Amino acid sequence: MSGGLLELRQLRKNFGGVVATNDVSLRFEPGTLSAIIGPNGAGKTTLFHLITGKLPVSGGEVLLDGSAITGLDRTEIVRRGIGRAFQVANLFPSFVVRDALAAALMAHAGRTASLARSFPPRDVAERADEVMELCGLAHLAGTESRHLSHGDQKLLDIALALALDPKVLLLDEPTAGMGPDERWRMIERVHGLWLARGLTLVFIEHDMDIVFKISQSVRVLRYGAVLAEGTPDEIRRNPAVIEAYLGEEHAL
Amino acid sequence: MARDILLAGVILAGFLGLEFTGLGSSGLLDFAIRFAIFGLLAMSLNLLIGTTGLVSFGHAAYFGMGAYSFGLLMQSGGWSIPAAIAVAILATALLALVVGALCVRLSEIYFAFLTLAFQMLLHSLILSWIGLTGGDQGLMGGIPKPAFWGIELAKPAHLAGFGMFCLLLSVVLLRQIIRSPFGAALRMLRDNPDRAGFLGLSVYRYRLAAFVIAGAFAGLSGVLMSLYVSGAFPTFAFWTTSGEAIFMIMLGGIQVFLGPLVGTAIFLLLNDWITALTEHHGLFMGTILLIITLGLRKGLLDFVMEWRAARRRAAP
Ligand SMILES: Nc1ncnc2c1ncn2[C@@H]1O[C@H](COP(=O)(O)OP(=O)(O)OP(=O)(O)O)[C@@H](O)[C@H]1O
Ligand SMILES: [Mg+2]
Repeated sequence: MSGGLLELRQLRKNFGGVVATNDVSLRFEPGTLSAIIGPNGAGKTTLFHLITGKLPVSGGEVLLDGSAITGLDRTEIVRRGIGRAFQVANLFPSFVVRDALAAALMAHAGRTASLARSFPPRDVAERADEVMELCGLAHLAGTESRHLSHGDQKLLDIALALALDPKVLLLDEPTAGMGPDERWRMIERVHGLWLARGLTLVFIEHDMDIVFKISQSVRVLRYGAVLAEGTPDEIRRNPAVIEAYLGEEHAL
Repeated sequence: MARDILLAGVILAGFLGLEFTGLGSSGLLDFAIRFAIFGLLAMSLNLLIGTTGLVSFGHAAYFGMGAYSFGLLMQSGGWSIPAAIAVAILATALLALVVGALCVRLSEIYFAFLTLAFQMLLHSLILSWIGLTGGDQGLMGGIPKPAFWGIELAKPAHLAGFGMFCLLLSVVLLRQIIRSPFGAALRMLRDNPDRAGFLGLSVYRYRLAAFVIAGAFAGLSGVLMSLYVSGAFPTFAFWTTSGEAIFMIMLGGIQVFLGPLVGTAIFLLLNDWITALTEHHGLFMGTILLIITLGLRKGLLDFVMEWRAARRRAAP
C-alpha cells in the first residue's frame, strides 16, 4: 500500500486545565518522511494519541485521504490505514516473533474466530516471514518477545504496525533508550522501510542529528502548539526554534 | 510441545506409581475417577487463568451447576445418560454466558470478586431452594445410571474408564482450542489486552467466549462428580472447591498445558496421604501447599520448563 494524506485541522486536547494540543493544523503529504520535534511535554505523544483514537479529541478534525476519521473507534482507524508504534514497546511478551506478527495479521483481518484450524495458518506465517525479512527480524523468528533486546523490541513494535499495511505510519521515538550505534542502525532500518513501502511516515525524535539527516520536513511543537514547520534547513535557521529548543549547537 | 507432554506424562506416571506401591489409601479406580473429575476442573479453569489471563475465584459455580442439573435430570426419570450430560453442559454454558456477560468487562480484581459473588449466590440458592435441591442435605436418593452403549456407570471400573475418556477427550479439545487462531487471540488478550484491542480484537467477546467454554468443561467435570458420589451437594458450588482448583493449577503450573493435571495428581495424593496420617488435615495441607508455592514461586511444571529454557539459552 502506498502513502496516504494525513491532515490535522485545528486539533485540540485539554486535560483539565492543561492544553496538551493547541489548535494544531498540519498536513503530511502522501509518501513523505516527516519528523516531529519539541521539548519534553510539548504534546507530541498526545498528538499521536489523538490521531489514532487512543484519546478523544476536545476539538478539531483528523482527515485521512480527505475523509474525517475523528472520533472513530481506534480499531477502525487502524483498518483505515493508520499504524503506530509506541514510545515504550508495546508487545505480546510470551509470543515468539513470528507468532506475534501472525497473530497481529489475523486479528487485523478478523480471522481469529476459528477453533478448528491450527495457528498460524501457512499463508499468514508466510506474510509474517515477509515482514520479519523487511524489518531484519528474521533471525529472531523463534525468540519470545520478552527475551528480545531493547532495540529488537522497538523493532518488533514497528513490525507489528507495519504488518497491517498502513498508509500512514506513526513512530513515537523509535530510538528512545538506545546507544548511539544502535540508534543509527535503527534509523537506517526505518529509512529503508519507508523507501521500500512508500508510506507516509511521521516520527517523533529527540536526536537532532537523526532528524536533520533523514527527514524531508520537520514540525516543531511547543506547549501543544506548532512553533514552526519546514525543511530541515529552514528549521535550523528559524530563530524562534533556535531560541526555544535547538540552542546554538544545531543551528546553521 | 511433544516433549512437554512426555515430561508431564512421566511425572504423572511416577505419582500414579507411588499411589499403588502401598502408600496410597484408596484404590486405583477411585483415584482414577477423582483424578478425571478434578483434572478436568483444573484444566478448564486454566483456560481462563493460564491462557486468557482471567483469574476467576468462582469457577466451582459451573462445577456445581453441572452436577445439580445432571443429577436432577436423571432423577426426573426418562433421560439417557448421554442426553442428560449434553443438557447439563448446555445449561452450565448458559449460566456461564449470563455471569460472564456481567463479569468479563471488569478488570482483574473486580472480575475475581464478582465471579466469586455469583458463585456464592448460586451456593445460597442451592441451600435455600430445598424443594428442588434438598438444601444442605444435597440431592439424596442416588442417581440412576441406566446402561448406554454397553457402558454401565454403576460399575466402578466403567465409571473410571468413562471419566478418563471424558478427561482425555476434553484435554484434546482444549489443546486444539489453545492452538487455534482463537486460542492465539486469547493469549494476546492475556499478554496485552490494550494492544490486542488496537489490532481489532473484541476484548469483551473473546473473554466471554473463553468464560463460556471454561464453564462448559467445568460443567462436564461436575457431571462426573455427581456420577461418582451418586448425588450432588452444596459444597460443590462452595468457594472451597474453587480454591482447590486454583491450588491444583498453582501446584502444577499455569504456563505448561498439562501443568494443571500434574497439580491435580499432587493435590489428590497429598490429600490422601495426609488424611491417612493425621486428623489435622487442613493444617498440614495448607503448610505443604504454602511451602511449594513460596519455594518454587510457580507451579512445578512451570518451574521445570523455565529452568530448562534458561539452561538452553545459556548454552550457546
Ligand atoms: N492522560 C493525561 N492526563 C493529564 N495530562 C496529560 C495526560 N497525558 C499527557 N498529559 C500532559 O500533556 C502534556 C503533553 O504530554 P505528551 O506526553 O504528549 O508530551 P511529549 O511531547 O510526548 O513529551 P516527551 O518528549 O516527554 O515524550 C504534558 O504536560 C503532560 O503532562
Ligand atoms: Mg512522548
